[in-house]
Amino acid sequence: MNKQRLSLWWFIGTLAFALVSMLVPLPGVLEPFKPYWPALILLYWSLESEDRVNLGLAFMVGLGADLLNGVVLGEQALRLCALVFIALRFRSRLRFFPMWQQTLAVLALLLNDRILVLIVRVLAGASLPPASWWIAPFVGAALWPFLFLLLDDLRARLRIQ
Amino acid sequence: MARTRDESSPLFAGNAAGTLRLIVYLALAVVLMVLDHRNGWLWHLRYGASAVVEPVYRLAGLPAEGIRTMSVAFADRQRLTEQNQRLREDLLLANAKLNRMAAVAEQNQRLKELLDTQHSLELNVQLARVIGVDLGAYRYRLTLNMGARDGVKPGQPVIDAHGVMGQVKEVLPTTSVVMLITDPAHAIPVVIERSGLRTVAYGSRDGDQLALPNIPLATDVRAGDKLLTSGLGGRFPPGFPVGEIVSVAPAATGMFQVALARPAADIDRSEDVLLLHDQAEPDGPPALVKPMGPPRELMSNGTAAPATTSTVRSATTPASGEVPR
Repeated sequence: MNKQRLSLWWFIGTLAFALVSMLVPLPGVLEPFKPYWPALILLYWSLESEDRVNLGLAFMVGLGADLLNGVVLGEQALRLCALVFIALRFRSRLRFFPMWQQTLAVLALLLNDRILVLIVRVLAGASLPPASWWIAPFVGAALWPFLFLLLDDLRARLRIQ
Repeated sequence: MARTRDESSPLFAGNAAGTLRLIVYLALAVVLMVLDHRNGWLWHLRYGASAVVEPVYRLAGLPAEGIRTMSVAFADRQRLTEQNQRLREDLLLANAKLNRMAAVAEQNQRLKELLDTQHSLELNVQLARVIGVDLGAYRYRLTLNMGARDGVKPGQPVIDAHGVMGQVKEVLPTTSVVMLITDPAHAIPVVIERSGLRTVAYGSRDGDQLALPNIPLATDVRAGDKLLTSGLGGRFPPGFPVGEIVSVAPAATGMFQVALARPAADIDRSEDVLLLHDQAEPDGPPALVKPMGPPRELMSNGTAAPATTSTVRSATTPASGEVPR
């Protein structure tokens, strides 16, 4: 019982951490390199613990993220829903990919996410972002193996699901 | 446990129910976006949820705050001494200027009393700190640690020691968001200090610059010209530095000149900013100068300016853009 509660708090804690680190500013030079943390953490959980992550959760996390830093309400909800849907659909395959292949898949998902943002923003009448805006998905994909191993290791250490 | 999980996610999944759910959620998100785009709900919601949102902003601002504190704590003595020295010199210079200004300001005050105008040179300001929070992919917003409870209102101009930074866009109970003058959606009425030409400076689409897209072709604008707020529109008080022109080129259409300007304020380095209170001039354009023959500027220029230019320039007053009334 206690273990279950701990694992639930761990789950919620990582998501909250993702939202806060999305808000933390980096120095100006590093700014375009900031990965989209909520997407990475949600991806991890949708691969590792499918019964917790569903589209409803992705939608709620997205709404929370929009509330914190969104341009329009529902933008990140849409992005995270699309991301989690694809991840859940190909979950069984993604999980057994070797790490480099998984990283490439994550890169594709993050690029797809950026394209979605671009469509939404252009439709909303915003200007095109600079070229450096496309670096973030690559940084996110490059961080993926480390993030995955770190979270897996912590989970094993805490002995939680 | 494992079995049921496997059933819900077969190796090559493709169930219609999941897709349907996705479509429903996506539709919901799109509806929300459209409604929010039209009505701006996000900020009402943010205001309502401020008890949750603001602590998160403060939390997210902690690393930046920590780095700032650390950089002071671990800065070596020499750098601090140098900085101190520089600040002393600046203060000395500023005080000297101020002393010289005091007499002029007093004289100005007396003349204004004679002319019976309300405008005063005193500043009614409030000091605010910038919270280091990253709001969205476009970096044209700042978060301040003052909000509705401290008397901040949307539309208040925000300045730093060097010039205008932007205006308060949205207010939460104890924080507020500033829209910077470099935001592509922002426009500020300016006057070119040297020639007195009035125009509008927009935030440029590529980064930390200002764009002045519609300067008449025949006017004299050079790189290095200073931009001041003109006070038109009633939002920004007149006479504050806005930026300095870095380049001028004819527009692609050939109808206007386009200038790019660097903002005077330290837009991405300021830690403390000033919020201006009750400085705005009354709304509406200033009284027109009565047209009596060709304006003086045209004669000195010696060029035949188009009609639009002459109307703009005939309404122009020297430097600060104040019109005696």
